[in-house]
Amino acid sequence: MSDVLTVPRSRRNVEAALLLLAFAVAVGANFVAGLEREDPFNDYFWRQAATLVGMGILVHLILRIRAKYADPVILPIVIALNGIGLAMIHRLDLPRMENPDFVPVAPQQLTWTAVAIVAASVLLIFLRDHRILRRFTYISLIVSALLLLLPLTPLGLEINGARIWINVGFGTFQPGEVAKITLAIFFAGYLSTNRDLILLAGKKLGPLQLPRFKDLAPMIAAWLVSIGVLILQRDLGSSILFFGLFMAMIYVATSRVSWVLIGLAMIGVGAFIALQLFSHVALRFDSWLNAFDPEVYNRAPGGSQQVVQGLFGLANGGLAGTGFGQGRPDLVTYANSDMIIAALGEELGMIGVFAIILLYILLVSRGFRAALGTKDGFGKLLACGLSFTIALQCFVVIGGITRLIPLTGLTTPFMSAGGSSLLANWIIVALLLLISETARRPVRTAAPSEQAAVPSASGRGALPRRPKEGSR
Amino acid sequence: MNQAIRSAWVVAIGMFALILGSLTYVQFFEAEELNTNDWNNRQLYQDFGRPRGAILVDGKAVAESVPSNDQFNYQRVYKEPNLYAHLTGFYSLVNGSTQLEQASAGLLSGTSDELFYDRIVGLLSGASSQGASVELTIDPQIQQLAWDLIPEGQRGSIVVTEPATGNILAMVSKPSYDPNLIAVHDSEIAARNVEQLSAVPGLSIYRNPATESLVAPGSVFKLVDAAAALESGDYDAESQIPNPPVLPLPGTTIGLPNYVNGTCATRTTADLEFALEQSCNTPFAQIAWDLGEDAIQEQARLFGFGERHQIPVAVEASQFPSDLSQPELAQSAIGQFDVKVTPLQMAMVASAIANDGVLMKPNLIKAVRAADLELINSPSPEVLHESVSAGTADQLTEWMVNVVDNGTGRGAQIPGVEVAGKTGTAEVEGRGDNAWFTGFAPADDPQVAVTIVMEDVDLATGSQLTSPNAKQIFEAVLNQ
Repeated sequence: MSDVLTVPRSRRNVEAALLLLAFAVAVGANFVAGLEREDPFNDYFWRQAATLVGMGILVHLILRIRAKYADPVILPIVIALNGIGLAMIHRLDLPRMENPDFVPVAPQQLTWTAVAIVAASVLLIFLRDHRILRRFTYISLIVSALLLLLPLTPLGLEINGARIWINVGFGTFQPGEVAKITLAIFFAGYLSTNRDLILLAGKKLGPLQLPRFKDLAPMIAAWLVSIGVLILQRDLGSSILFFGLFMAMIYVATSRVSWVLIGLAMIGVGAFIALQLFSHVALRFDSWLNAFDPEVYNRAPGGSQQVVQGLFGLANGGLAGTGFGQGRPDLVTYANSDMIIAALGEELGMIGVFAIILLYILLVSRGFRAALGTKDGFGKLLACGLSFTIALQCFVVIGGITRLIPLTGLTTPFMSAGGSSLLANWIIVALLLLISETARRPVRTAAPSEQAAVPSASGRGALPRRPKEGSR
Repeated sequence: MNQAIRSAWVVAIGMFALILGSLTYVQFFEAEELNTNDWNNRQLYQDFGRPRGAILVDGKAVAESVPSNDQFNYQRVYKEPNLYAHLTGFYSLVNGSTQLEQASAGLLSGTSDELFYDRIVGLLSGASSQGASVELTIDPQIQQLAWDLIPEGQRGSIVVTEPATGNILAMVSKPSYDPNLIAVHDSEIAARNVEQLSAVPGLSIYRNPATESLVAPGSVFKLVDAAAALESGDYDAESQIPNPPVLPLPGTTIGLPNYVNGTCATRTTADLEFALEQSCNTPFAQIAWDLGEDAIQEQARLFGFGERHQIPVAVEASQFPSDLSQPELAQSAIGQFDVKVTPLQMAMVASAIANDGVLMKPNLIKAVRAADLELINSPSPEVLHESVSAGTADQLTEWMVNVVDNGTGRGAQIPGVEVAGKTGTAEVEGRGDNAWFTGFAPADDPQVAVTIVMEDVDLATGSQLTSPNAKQIFEAVLNQ
């Protein structure tokens, strides 16, 4: 099944070395962020450094004990991204500190970072094998539905026209962020169970094998969820994300291009209907196409000012950037959340953003690598879906900021201010780490020392597996 | 399934490639266009968002940037605004910047080449590129005294310099204004304030009268004639010049008169000492005829006429006209017709005479310091011209002492101190005269030169506001 050689070495020391680099990036960025306007070694600096380093070491130690063969690159990348995000959020707080009513965002984000990493750690400790999650396939579906419906209940809050938040007492929470995980679990469970049926049935039309109508049911369900999110919660970004997640997973499950084409056609229909029926979607498109039209620029709400100011910021940064703390990213609305890439692009320049995007590429690639390496179909689908979500989310948010596609309100994973997003993405990291552990772990029946010396095909074959899985 | 996983990975990488491409487009190819977009006020925000260096007088800031709660982060604030307005100018969003705020903009904002090293250090250490502070040569007490000596509602300027260095110790003009009114960030309020200020008679917020307003010098210009006469070698202390009460001007029906009520009428010929002492017109008109337009013009040029100076604020070029007819030359010789000077120009004439004939470049900057207080530069005195020989300077000094001792400048006398000076009254068509005093003290070792001009005054007020005021300033400086 797997044609990738798994080298049964723990690589935890590599992770430790990379973690040191990540700490240097995260703490260094925070230091430079504060250098400009305050005592750089103040309480907050130490709190942030201690939280990131302490939490990073905690996860590292848990991995050493619980999942010592997990991918060594994922954790350092995520710590670095989280640290850069925190530094930029802190830097954006500073110019507003003189306002006595202003509540700084960075300490909240730091608290959420700690909460998110603790949640990921708990998951790593108690969920020894990701395959257990398969038992919760349909529960996940119900949980997803509940999460997505929560904002529509009286608990929900409408902010800037989108109803995707709920009030959880001490703050707000975006259940949709968590729903993308439960949806991924549901899709992975459903598809890994039913893919044989879906694969076998259906007519052939030229090179395309068309699915049976009844097999289309889950796709229609996913489509309805996406459209529902778009209509009821007015959240174009999440809508795209959910549908993209499903499309990626069903393609990986079936290897059928026909599914992708049907999916794209459904998106096209959905987008056309949304454009006709919903003014907020139409305004987004208009702001995208005619961003530099004075009328569109000055329109409020729904004008292109945010995206145009973001472009000015990126242009101001140019190749090398203005330097951390030297630009004016605070001129862009939502600079610390939706537009954080514009802020980073202004101060770190194209070179800096490229480095950040390379980190994402590595992270996503390691996720796909885990999918290739793990032996069970559920794990493959889950790892693919989650990794693809990160890539798609980066694409939607950065594409929107650079005016490649219309701007939609989505967070940049690990960096944007927002606790729910951070929590959800750290849980994704824990899941990817667990899946990578099963992908790289030497087979239990062989003695580890032997296994380390001679990785053999027969050794891998000893793992029990279902007959169809992995075949095309 | 693995083949499909690889395909999905390729799609993911493809999406990343697309955003790398779009970032390259925005940050590299389109950057120039975006940076110059009309809606892009980042450059403005960047300039205004940086802590700009202070303008200091005797260690105290007269202009500084303080943190503000608006989108610009910093607000330029002027202390003692009216007193220093014409020196600092203003730093405004809509109306640009003027005077030192403009002339020293590179230093104040930290972008000057002189601060290159600091910028490199800043780049490497991540510290902000803070502007340098500029310390002025102004003496705050003399500045305040000079300010108080111009009555409210009176138009006039006073320039106090140190002849040996060219350093400006005080430079005030009225009417003045409050630059804070223009530096306010709210563009509507600023526009309203500018409109109100433009209605003030005699005030332009864009012009420092002491350096940019060209006015008729009248008789103080006779110092230039006397210098030219001595330098030509044709005249000395013994030379007797005809002193008719009225000099007929060829080709016209009018004549050039001496001052009717003055002492000039007591002599039909005059030496230069007497002609200066009583400020007789007719001898100087004849000297100018004798030496010719070019000689007077050349002498004026050596005193700094005809060129714009940077001190570092821009100084308007004072003018001695050319291609003159005989009557025009006669009028010009007594500082009328098209002779136009800045108050600073007359201060330069007095300073050159005081400094053994060597004209030092006027200078307002004592020191420039980086944000960390490291001294970046402190301008050293510069010679602008050798205006006259030391001998000529001595002779002129002697005659100017006589003006204060016995002549029109008696109001400037200080017991125990020899004061050298020259008064002037320039007629301006359609309004009152310009009353002048320019001089220095002590005559044997000049420490300070004072030039005062009061515009649009009658004769009595003019003489009250010039020589006696100069005396007060001399005393204040010499008693320090």
